[in-house]
Amino acid sequence: MNLHGIWAIYRFEMARSLRTLWQSLVGPVLTTSLYFIVFGGAIGSRMQAVDGVSYGSFIVPGLIMLSLLTQSVGNASIGIYFPKFTGTIFELLSAPVSPMELVVGYVGAAATKSVVLGLIILATSAFFVPISVLHPGAMVAFLLLTSIAFSLFGFILGIWAKSFEQLNFVPMLLITPLTFLGGSFYSIDMLPQPWRTVSLFNPVVYLVSGFRWSFFGKGDVDIAVSLGVTLGFLVACLAVIALIFRSGWRLKN
Amino acid sequence: MPEPILAVTGVSKTYKGGFTALHSVDLTIHKGEIFALLGPNGAGKTTLISIICGIVTPSTGTILVAGHDALTDYKAARRRIGLVPQELSVDMFETVLATVTFSRRLFGRSGDSAYIEQVLRDLSLWDKRDAKIMELSGGMKRRVLIAKALAHEPEILFLDEPTAGVDVALRRDMWKLVHRLRERGTTIILTTHYIEEAEEMADRVGVISKGRLLLVDDKAALMQKLGKRELDLTLVDPLDAVPVGLERWRLSLLNEGRTLRYVFDATDEHTGIPSLLRELADRHIAFKDLETSKSSLEDIFVDLVEERA
Repeated sequence: MNLHGIWAIYRFEMARSLRTLWQSLVGPVLTTSLYFIVFGGAIGSRMQAVDGVSYGSFIVPGLIMLSLLTQSVGNASIGIYFPKFTGTIFELLSAPVSPMELVVGYVGAAATKSVVLGLIILATSAFFVPISVLHPGAMVAFLLLTSIAFSLFGFILGIWAKSFEQLNFVPMLLITPLTFLGGSFYSIDMLPQPWRTVSLFNPVVYLVSGFRWSFFGKGDVDIAVSLGVTLGFLVACLAVIALIFRSGWRLKN
Repeated sequence: MPEPILAVTGVSKTYKGGFTALHSVDLTIHKGEIFALLGPNGAGKTTLISIICGIVTPSTGTILVAGHDALTDYKAARRRIGLVPQELSVDMFETVLATVTFSRRLFGRSGDSAYIEQVLRDLSLWDKRDAKIMELSGGMKRRVLIAKALAHEPEILFLDEPTAGVDVALRRDMWKLVHRLRERGTTIILTTHYIEEAEEMADRVGVISKGRLLLVDDKAALMQKLGKRELDLTLVDPLDAVPVGLERWRLSLLNEGRTLRYVFDATDEHTGIPSLLRELADRHIAFKDLETSKSSLEDIFVDLVEERA
């Protein structure tokens, strides 16, 4: 086990985000605040409570998930894409570092940033709406699992992408719509059929639902199903990464 | 016989498009030697060292680094290798010290600040240790790449075209460093397309062309083979044929008899030039210009291929 190697990659990635602290943390916090002002304050004040929770509080878990997903995918994908782009990947490929060690370093750093970001957004939202977390353990677990799973997804995206356009394309065309349609701002029970059933094919629904359950004790789907889908997505991403490294796809000639 | 530190057996590489960059290369490198891989651009030099370093997957063959298989036991193999690539690929936003420390850790070593300081001082980088790499000149960036490759104290150092686009000062520093490393027992493998560079640096030279390792020889033996030179005399009056009685010299006529060419070996004690010129003067064969040139690398490769055929 090359612990020094993992640690070097982890520190390198963390240092990279410290250099771009403004982008990494301040940006998402500002965006979230704007959501609260618009959805929580302006619109939410005219909306009735959802499942007995005021609309402003109701959207907190969804908003955190929105940032978590976008940031996990963004951070992890640029982390591995940039060395490919600049050519410095030669050093990673020639180093005595196993694929799993590489993943632990890159995905670990991206997930760490996402968790920190999630907690900062949670703290930010406490300024706007009353927050109480019913199941703190489950909340932290969902925060961790989601950050890791989507950082793994971002890592795959970074290896797949051949250009910056492609790198931005997937989050814009896949992650953002799935998150918006995943019940971040509403309960899927509010949707008419067949959209309610269609929504159940969106994995983000399960993430948001599980995360919301940890806050309010209620979600759109059963907590066990939420957890299962989240874990399933994580394992699927790991399997894809294992395949990528076995074949050297888009990494080695 | 010194012990081999690197053994390449039957290594070939055919890319997906069908292009074969390497044809079954066998090569043994001895511990502590300086080996030059000499060949024109596109000969397969970079492909070969990329395969040894783990950046390119070979189509066939095995590589043993100090007895460790580079594919199945890659961690043990790669820990022993440092690579300075041809391209200036380095993280622009990092500081010199941070990126060199990163390399050392990446290769599984704890951050040893005393060793890193020594490497940076050897490469005249210590004063620039806190500078961002993007602020450095091209020559300095290359020094950073060398420092990164040396950061984990490798037993084998690969230098891919180390003097391409490098100024005189850096070239001199680099050769000094190479010799210091050799004194410490580091094995050095460099690629070049300059015969002079191979001659100046290496103990042994391997000539590679079109993906085939044509020969591997001690430098002295090879330089003998590569030492062929040409003397061209531009004649005042064209000749129809090489004059009778000059068969001692290998002469030929070019440019419709206006140029008399003598092919000789520059490494011979007697080149035969003074006697040839005297002989020509005696025969009143006048010339208005005289020029000697080395056979080009391409000519030499052609000769080598023909010799082997």
